[in-house]
Amino acid sequence: MSQTNSSASSDFDKDMSEEKVFGTEPNHGGHDHPQSIEFGFWLYLMTDCLLFASFFATYAVLFMNTAGAPGGAELFDPKLVMAETGLLLTSTMTFGFAMVEARRCARTQAGTGKVLLWLGVTFLLGAGFVALEVHEFSGLIADGYGPDRSAFLSSFFALVGLHGLHVTAGLIWILFMILEVKIKGTGGRTLTRLGRLGLFWHFLDLVWVSVFTFVYLFGVAQ
Amino acid sequence: MSQDTGREMGGYRSYITGYVIALVLSAASFWVAMGGALSGWSVFAVLAVLALVQILVHLKFFLHLGLKTEKGRFDMLTLAFTTLVLVMVVGLSVWIIYASNAVMMG
Repeated sequence: MSQTNSSASSDFDKDMSEEKVFGTEPNHGGHDHPQSIEFGFWLYLMTDCLLFASFFATYAVLFMNTAGAPGGAELFDPKLVMAETGLLLTSTMTFGFAMVEARRCARTQAGTGKVLLWLGVTFLLGAGFVALEVHEFSGLIADGYGPDRSAFLSSFFALVGLHGLHVTAGLIWILFMILEVKIKGTGGRTLTRLGRLGLFWHFLDLVWVSVFTFVYLFGVAQ
Repeated sequence: MSQDTGREMGGYRSYITGYVIALVLSAASFWVAMGGALSGWSVFAVLAVLALVQILVHLKFFLHLGLKTEKGRFDMLTLAFTTLVLVMVVGLSVWIIYASNAVMMG
């Protein structure tokens, strides 16, 4: 046990020292490292894309199996979906503003007030989105159309809920970044973290475009 | 300094431009689905095209995907591969299930 531990830690040390060596090479300057971290995060988002794709495929296969319960045309409220779309789209823009201000802070040593303001606005808009989704879900369940009612509703709750969980995770991440910016400012690492959060947040809005089109609007237009 | 300010404004401008275009496309989608101006399969075709265009708008103005840097090209390559797998997973699932459905019910 202790042997495996020590060999693991020596591998770790080797990795670390190799990283240090790379770090001093001219071709691997300071800007290269954050870029490869961001690329790694982009790869995660692409695998997340495939997770969503499999949920979309499940929904596409099951959405007609309503087991005698109403389908999307009767259950979906387009006005609520419109409000959700507006909230999430606006939040993606305000996160962009936070990012612009964070880069400005990192360059000019300006105060982080505006970064915090836009992150706070983004959080509130995202929280509004989640609140509307919880409202919709609890309404459906209260009316007896929960995920256990039909295959259509199971796949609907799974797909839309998966997206909602992602947004909730994003909200928690935003809270942590608000704290980090408040404590540390927008130094190098904080800036790249904000950049990755931005990719995540914009990606979720991109997925939402597919959700509101292929789930809600296709359902309403049926 | 002025160059810096220019880039910042460009930053804001990119997000605002993307926001306005995405807002118009979303509004168009809801109008097509709820307005009843179109009927039959054309509704779904128009909605799908609007969603596709909006996704491209998001990729350009929010995720800033481009081919100018090496990283941008790698981002694009992985996105292209993901899209291929995505189309296969969703498209082939739907094809298989609906074809077998037609056989079973027909």
